[in-house]
Amino acid sequence: MPPAPAALAALVPLVVFVPLVAAVVCAMVPVRARGTVAIAATLAGGVVVGVLWAGVAASGIVRVELAGWAAPLGIALQVDGASVAMLALTHVVLLAVFAAAAAEPRLTGSEAFWPLVLFAAVAISGVFVAADMFSVYVLLELLTLAAVALVALGGRGASAAALRYLFVAVTGSLFYLLAVALVYGETGTLDLTLAADRLTDGPVAAAALALVTVGMAAKIALFPLHSWLPVAHPAAPAAVSALLSALVIKASLFVLWRVYAAVGTAIDLAPVFAIATAAAGAAGVLWGGVMALRRDRLKTVIAYSTVAQVGYLVLILPLMLADGPGGEGAAVAGWSGGVVLAIAHGLAKAAMFLAAGALVVAYGSDKLSGLRGAHARMPLAAATISIAGVSLAGLPPTLAFAGKWQLLESSLARGAWWWVAVLLVGGLLTFAYVATMIRAMFAPPGEDPAPPHAPPRRTVSVAAFSLAAASVVVGIFPAPLVALIEAAAPLGGAL
Amino acid sequence: MIPGSTVVPSVLPLVLLLTSLVPALVIFGLREDQRRVRTALNLSGAFVKAAIVVVLIPVVLSGEKLRWSFAWIPGLEIVFVTDTFSLFFVGLSSALWLVTTIYAIGYLEGSPNRSRFFGFFSLCVTATTGIALAQNLFTFLVFFELLTLVTYPLVAHRGTPEAMRGARTYLGYTLAGGVVLLLGVAWLTLEVGPVEFVAGGIPAVAELAARDPATATVIGALLLTGVSVKAALFPLHGWLPIAMVAPAPVSALLHAVAVVKAGAFGIIRVVEDTFGFALFAELGLLQVLAVAAAVTIVYGSLRALTQDDLKKRLAYSTVSQVAYIALGAALLSPVATAGAIVHMVNQGVMKITLFFCAGLFAEELKVHRVSELAGVGRRMPLTAAAFTVAALGMIGLPPFAGFISKWALGVGALDAGQPWVVGVLITSTVLNAGYFLPVIIAMWTRPAAIPASEERAPRLSERGTRRIEAPAALLVPALVTAVLVVALGVGAGWEFSPWSLAQFIADGAWP
Repeated sequence: MPPAPAALAALVPLVVFVPLVAAVVCAMVPVRARGTVAIAATLAGGVVVGVLWAGVAASGIVRVELAGWAAPLGIALQVDGASVAMLALTHVVLLAVFAAAAAEPRLTGSEAFWPLVLFAAVAISGVFVAADMFSVYVLLELLTLAAVALVALGGRGASAAALRYLFVAVTGSLFYLLAVALVYGETGTLDLTLAADRLTDGPVAAAALALVTVGMAAKIALFPLHSWLPVAHPAAPAAVSALLSALVIKASLFVLWRVYAAVGTAIDLAPVFAIATAAAGAAGVLWGGVMALRRDRLKTVIAYSTVAQVGYLVLILPLMLADGPGGEGAAVAGWSGGVVLAIAHGLAKAAMFLAAGALVVAYGSDKLSGLRGAHARMPLAAATISIAGVSLAGLPPTLAFAGKWQLLESSLARGAWWWVAVLLVGGLLTFAYVATMIRAMFAPPGEDPAPPHAPPRRTVSVAAFSLAAASVVVGIFPAPLVALIEAAAPLGGAL
Repeated sequence: MIPGSTVVPSVLPLVLLLTSLVPALVIFGLREDQRRVRTALNLSGAFVKAAIVVVLIPVVLSGEKLRWSFAWIPGLEIVFVTDTFSLFFVGLSSALWLVTTIYAIGYLEGSPNRSRFFGFFSLCVTATTGIALAQNLFTFLVFFELLTLVTYPLVAHRGTPEAMRGARTYLGYTLAGGVVLLLGVAWLTLEVGPVEFVAGGIPAVAELAARDPATATVIGALLLTGVSVKAALFPLHGWLPIAMVAPAPVSALLHAVAVVKAGAFGIIRVVEDTFGFALFAELGLLQVLAVAAAVTIVYGSLRALTQDDLKKRLAYSTVSQVAYIALGAALLSPVATAGAIVHMVNQGVMKITLFFCAGLFAEELKVHRVSELAGVGRRMPLTAAAFTVAALGMIGLPPFAGFISKWALGVGALDAGQPWVVGVLITSTVLNAGYFLPVIIAMWTRPAAIPASEERAPRLSERGTRRIEAPAALLVPALVTAVLVVALGVGAGWEFSPWSLAQFIADGAWP
C-alpha cells in the first residue's frame, strides 16, 4: 500500500538530514566507528528512498514547503520520478563504496574521507530534491568543497589536480549564481517552476539560460570544458574516483536537465542551446572515446570514458522538448532514456573504479601492460570491469541498453539521424576501449603471473561486483524503474 | 498450415533457458578443482534441456504453442514462444550441446581456467536458446548481442596473441553487425510496434511496405545485413576463418550450432517470419540474398581448396555450407525453404563431426595440416572413418545427410524457376569434392609420415593401460555424430525426422 501524501512529504527532508547528521557524528567518533556510522546512515536513507519510490510511483510528484514557508520566499523540495531514481542510485553506490572503504582503508586516502563523503552526499541528495534555485547553488558549492577536498586525499600529486578542479567548479557555480540573480531580478522568485511560469522571453532570459548551460557544462566536464576531469578523477583515491564519476557529476547534470525541463518551451532560444549542448556532447562522445582508446592507464581510460558518457547524458536536452516530430511519446522516451542511462552510468562507473582500485592495490600500478593474468588471479575484479564495460557500451543485458534503446527510439521518432549515428558509433567506440581493458587482463593459461602485492580484502571486489551485477539485474527487469521515471516526469515547459 | 493452433501461457520456455543459464552461473562460482560438480551440472543441464525438447515436440506438432513473456519496459515485451521452428533450433542446439559438452570435458582435461570456459560455454547455449525462442525481433536482438559477448571469452580462451587477435576480429565484425541490426530493429519497432513473428510474414510489416516501400526496403536491408555477419555471408565472412584459433570444442560449437547457425536462423526469421518470402521478393531483397548466398557458396569453396591448415579449410567450408541455408531461404519455393531449414541440422551435424575429428588429430597426433594427414587412417581408423563419413556428406553423396539438403535445394530451385541455382549447386559439389576427397584419399591410402615409435606410443593411456585410439570422451562424440550423419540421410522419411519437420515448418510459411 502506498504511503499517504502527507507522510510522504514529511519524509522528503530526511534524504538531506540523515546524511547531514551522520556527517557531523562521523567527524566526532573515533576512526574505527566511522564506517559503521556511514553505512548505517546510508541504510536508513535507503529505507526512506524506498518509501519515496513507492509513493511517487503511486501518486506522482511530491512537493513540500519546508517549515511551512510557501514560494516565492520559502524553501521548497520537489520529488519526481527522476529524483527518486537518482536518490536510489546515490544510496546504492554509497553503500557499495562505504563497504569497500571500510574493508580496505587504502582506498580512502585518509580518515577525513568519511565525513567528507557524507557532506557530499548531503549536497547530492539535496540537489535531486531541491525546488528552488538558490538552494541548488548553496548545495552545489557544498558539493564542490567536499569533492575538491576528497580529490586532495589522493596525496602527492593530487593537490594540483584538486586545485584545477576547484577553479573550474567554482567558476561554474559563479555562472550559475549570476543566472539565478538575473532570473530573480526578472521574476522576483527563486522557485524554479514559478520562475519558469513568470519568465518572459527575451535577452535576459536567454542570457540566464546560457549562463546555466555553460556553468553546468564545466562542472560535468562536457567537451570542450572537460580537461580537468581526466586529471582529477584518476588522481583521487579509488573510492573517491568511484563517487566522483558515478554521483558528483550527476548533481550538476541534474540541474541542467531540470532547468531545460522547466523553461524548454518558455524561451525561444532554448531549443537552439539544447542542440548546441547536445552537439558538444556528441563531440565529447567521439573525443572521449578516442582519447580513452589511446591511454595506457586503467584509471585514465575510465576517466576519459566519463567524458564520453557525459556526452550521451546531454543528448536528452533536445530530445525531451515537447514540440517537434514524434510529439510527447518521443519526449518521454528521450527523458526516460537519459535518466536510465545516467543511472546505468553511475552503477557501471562506480563498479569499474572500485574494481580498478582493487587491481591497483594488488598490482601496484594501473598500467594496462602490468595487469596480465588478472582474469585468472582476480576474476571478480576482472569480471566487474568486463560487465561494467559492456554496460557502458550500452549492450544487452545491462541497464544502459534500456536507456540507449529509449534514446534511439526517441531520436528515430524525431527523425534526428545525427543523434542516432552518435548513439551507434559511440557504442562501438566505447566497446573498443573496454575491450582494450579486457584484453590487457588475459594471459595464456599457466602464464598468468601472480600480482606482486597482496590483493585487497575480498569485500572490495564483492562490492564492486555487486554494482555490476545490479546493472545486469535491473537491465533485465527495467520496467519498474522506467515506469517510475515516466509516471512522474517533471512538469513544465518541456515534456 | 496447422489447424486451430493455440497459444498457451507456460513457464516451460523459460525453463528451457534456465537449464543452461543456471549451470553457467553456478559454474562461474566453482573452484578449478571441483571437476565432478562441474561435469554433473553441465551434463544434467544438457540432458534436462534435451528431455524437455523431446517432450515438447508432439505438443508443438499438435498445434499448441507455449508462450512466456514479461514487460521489459512499458510497451515492449520480452517474449519466448515454442513454435515449430524455434523448437527445431532448440532441439538442434541442445542435442549438439550435449555431445560437445562431453567432448569439451575430455578435451580440456587438466587445462587451467575450466570454470571460466564451461561457464561461458553454457551461457553461449543459453543465448542460442534465447535466439531460438525469441518471438519478436527485439527479444531476438537481445540474445543475438548476448551471444556475441559470451562467445568472445571462448574464442580468446587460450590467451595467446593469436587467440586475442582472432577474438578481436570476431568481436569487431559481430558488434558492427549488431549495431546495424539494432538500428533495423529499433526502426521497425518504431514504425509498426513490437510485433511478433508470423509464419509467412507479419501483416503490420506488409502494411508498412504498402505505405512506404522505401522505408521497408531499407529496414529489411539493415536487418538482413545485421544477421548476415554472424551467418558469414560474403563479404561479411572475414571473422570466421580467423576465429578458428579457438579450442576445438568452441570451433565445433561456433560452426555447428551457436554463432553461424544463429545468423542463418536469423536470416530465415527475417525473410520467412517477419517480411514473408513474397514481400521480401517484391522489395527486391530476396534476389540480393540469393546472389550473395550463391557468391558465398562458390567463394568459400574456392578458398577452402587452397588452405593447408585443416581447421581453416573447415572454416571456409562452413562459409560455403552455411550459405546454402541462405540460398534456400532466398528461393520462392516451399521445397527450397524446407531444404534451408533441414540444412541447419545437416550442416551442423556434419561440421561438428569434422571439427571433433580435427581436434582429435590435433590432440593425439599434433597434426594440424592437411598435408600431414597422410596415413592417419591406419593410426586412428575410427576417427578417420568419422571424418570420411562427414566429408562425404558435405560433398552431398547419398545416403548421407548432405544429400537431402542438396536435393531439396535443387528441386526447390527448379520449382522456383531459378535453374541457375542448380549450376551453383553442381559447381559447389565439384569444389567440395575437390577439397575433401584429397584429404580422404591421403588419410587412407598414403603411407604414414609419423615415425613408428610415435605411432605406437600414444595407444597407451597415462596409466599404461591399452585404450582405443583416443580418449573415449573425445572419440565417442565424434562417432555418435558421424552415425547421425548417416541416420539423417537414411531416416529422412521417418515421421519425426528433421527433414519431415522442416517440410512441416516450411508448409506453415507457404499458405
